[in-house]
Amino acid sequence: MTSHQVVPIKVYVAVWAALSILTMTTWQVALIDLGPFNIIAAITIAVVKMLLVVTIFMHVRQADSLTRLYVGAGFLWLVILLGILLCDYLSRSWIPGGQFWPSGPAMIVGG
Amino acid sequence: MSTAIETPRSTETLNYLNTKYGWKSWLFTTDHKRIAILYLISISFFFLLGGIFAMLVRLELATPAGDLFNSDTYNKLFTMHGIVMIFFFLIPSIPATLGNFLIPMMIGAKDLAFPRINLLSWYIYIVAGLIAVGTMAYGGVDTGWTFYPPFSSTYSRTYVVAAAIAVFVSGFSSILTGLNFIVTIHKMRAPGMTFDRLPLFVWAHYATSLIQLLGTPVVAITIALLGLERIFHVGIFDPAIGGDPILFQHLFWFYSHPAVYIMILPGMGVINEIVACFSRKRPFGYPFIAGSSIGIAVLGFLVWGHHMFVTGQSMYASLVFSLLSMAVAVPSAIKVFNWTATMYKGSIRFETPMLYAFGFIGLFTIGGLTGLFLATLATNVHLTDTYFVVAHFHYVMVGGMVLGYLGGLHFWWPKITGRMYPEFWGKLSALIVFVGFNFTFFPQFLAGYAGMPRRYHAYAPEYQVFNVMSTAGASVLGIGFTLPLIYLIWSLFYGPKAPANPWGAKGLEWETSSPPPTYNFDTPPVMNEEAYNYSGDDTGVHVG
Amino acid sequence: MEQQFSSAQLGMWAFLLTEIMFFGGMFGAYTVYRSMYPGAFQSTTHYMNVTLGMANTLVLIASSLTMALAVRSAQVDNQKMLRIMIVLTLFFGFVFLGIKGYEYHEKWVEHLIPGPHFEYNVPNYAHQAQILFFLYFAMTGTHALHMVIGAGLLTYLLIKSYKGSFSSHYYTPVEIIGLYWHFVDIVWIFLFPLLYLIGAHLHA
Repeated sequence: MTSHQVVPIKVYVAVWAALSILTMTTWQVALIDLGPFNIIAAITIAVVKMLLVVTIFMHVRQADSLTRLYVGAGFLWLVILLGILLCDYLSRSWIPGGQFWPSGPAMIVGG
Repeated sequence: MSTAIETPRSTETLNYLNTKYGWKSWLFTTDHKRIAILYLISISFFFLLGGIFAMLVRLELATPAGDLFNSDTYNKLFTMHGIVMIFFFLIPSIPATLGNFLIPMMIGAKDLAFPRINLLSWYIYIVAGLIAVGTMAYGGVDTGWTFYPPFSSTYSRTYVVAAAIAVFVSGFSSILTGLNFIVTIHKMRAPGMTFDRLPLFVWAHYATSLIQLLGTPVVAITIALLGLERIFHVGIFDPAIGGDPILFQHLFWFYSHPAVYIMILPGMGVINEIVACFSRKRPFGYPFIAGSSIGIAVLGFLVWGHHMFVTGQSMYASLVFSLLSMAVAVPSAIKVFNWTATMYKGSIRFETPMLYAFGFIGLFTIGGLTGLFLATLATNVHLTDTYFVVAHFHYVMVGGMVLGYLGGLHFWWPKITGRMYPEFWGKLSALIVFVGFNFTFFPQFLAGYAGMPRRYHAYAPEYQVFNVMSTAGASVLGIGFTLPLIYLIWSLFYGPKAPANPWGAKGLEWETSSPPPTYNFDTPPVMNEEAYNYSGDDTGVHVG
Repeated sequence: MEQQFSSAQLGMWAFLLTEIMFFGGMFGAYTVYRSMYPGAFQSTTHYMNVTLGMANTLVLIASSLTMALAVRSAQVDNQKMLRIMIVLTLFFGFVFLGIKGYEYHEKWVEHLIPGPHFEYNVPNYAHQAQILFFLYFAMTGTHALHMVIGAGLLTYLLIKSYKGSFSSHYYTPVEIIGLYWHFVDIVWIFLFPLLYLIGAHLHA
């Protein structure tokens, strides 16, 4: 077990600082009206934060390829679920009368 | 009871069945083989229960008028038949019994990676099963096993929430079993048991476990949201207050379509083993069969929308779903072709398991091909919610999985119990099941194609001829399923003692005694040859 | 021992895969309804307590740091530090739950709990906003439930560490419970912008 690499404390603290700064950033960015880019910015920052936690805190950087495969598969499947769901909802308005709701679905990036 | 423990009969060698006695040694066991037996008993109970519901449904449909049950009772009957058979029989059937018993032995391990979690998942299954049985005893549920809102969330006056809880809880059992298998297959293999030497049964279970891990939680949370909607009257799926019922169907089928592969892949795994053994040949195209299992598991997640072609789903999405559904035919066909090619020029022996395998291949092919009819967008509009669909999935579920399950049960019965079953009765019942099955479900293709809708207790008189055939066939099928129950139990007491390897089969599970010792192998096994090495056959079985 | 460690690690990751998809169902519902009702969803930000949401994010990130340091302390055999870090992680966890509870109380007072008593005074948005609040409670509620389970697991670790069960040779439970705790943190990292900041620029 001693073969497991011990990460220096300062790396952990640096990650923590980065996460805190990114939290502030996501809040500040949300206050500016960027149109469709508000959601893109929020998701991008969240993904960066996630990657920091996954690689450093959860030791995926030192993990074997099998673990990496499973981590990757988890997020890939989430993308499959959300992606295919949106394929339906976003393409419903392409034909007249194809939409379920009176107002019609807006593109998500417009939210 | 505990005083009776530790007194094995001296004439018998120690095995997992006789090292300890008493109910505690069973209910607190962590031995994967004993847990498999616990599962075997409990799923047999649910198979019987679901079978009774099925018989009542068939009985009602013998005449066009709704004379035996009123429509409400009938709705409950087919719903409970579906819930019991899918969540409490088919999904755990092969993985939790044969898989549980065999995977550690096939890879040369002492047990699963997490034996206590294995026991826990049986208890979770039992709790879920009790909730389900309680729901039925109390008055049942009438939404269909699919729980579609807004009927289930707002209008149904039956015990939807209780049934939803049962399904939710049983999901955790399924997840834990899958998790256990995955870690076991990765981490517990014997020296020399590389991935390209894994029995195809294990490959199939690996693919199944992936689906259980990735799909089950989605249906769990969806069912939970449905329950919350019903309890608190908040619209998340109810269109009357802004929700979208199609979203429920999306999330439901995200699991429930892959779930039909949970119900067929293990059956395919069993057939691989049986076909190879009784043809005395290495499976043709081993890497392709293994890969097609994974391929089916992955593709299975991309096609769920073909259950929703007529719901108001986007036409463009339907187009893509239709195309992708066709793609699933590729890995499925690879399997069928490879089984056939394995038998080609093999030395085929017609023992009971092989008869079931023949049945499986034929019926699964019909079930799979009619699936293509349904995946075709235009045909689907005509066939949606007709008996054609019912016949299609019964060809896959019963003709596929149940036959695979029975074949596997006969194949490994000597290993599990140490007794041989009576071969004559085995062959006879395999034949009866095959004939009865086709009599039951083939007429339903015709009725459905002619336009008979599913889920009604009364129907137009012109469909009666199909339904009478179907009901008559169901009685034959019932006999075919009852026979094994009787003679397998009989064989426990009076069957001849089984040798370690009665079929001359290859695989590590056959190298230990029957029944196996508690830790499976007296000496830790090493895999020092290719899988299915039937060509250099020296097991004493006559070839040719 | 090494095999047991890697089995447990793979098992936990496989379990987290399940957890991703478990939350994934709710994220799916969120995505769909947000694309359907952008206006109503943006209007809800006005009723979210962004300050407390921010504070909770920072608290949870801090707890992730202490959790990571707890694992590290076990790796280098520092028993005292291990216990301190577990206690700190627990402390941050309870602070998070306390703040969350306060927010729930606020929603209760403002009649924002979905159901018969739901009141929403933005015209035409009542039904649609109710869906967001339903998702808000479902998602944060499930998240909070995971926090409570995590706190239970940490308490177990604390008891075990007082018994001296962990060392640089054996710290499997610390590592895998750590993985779980970080995962719960990641869920919140996504929940915070999605639930609290949808329409923040409109109310700035």
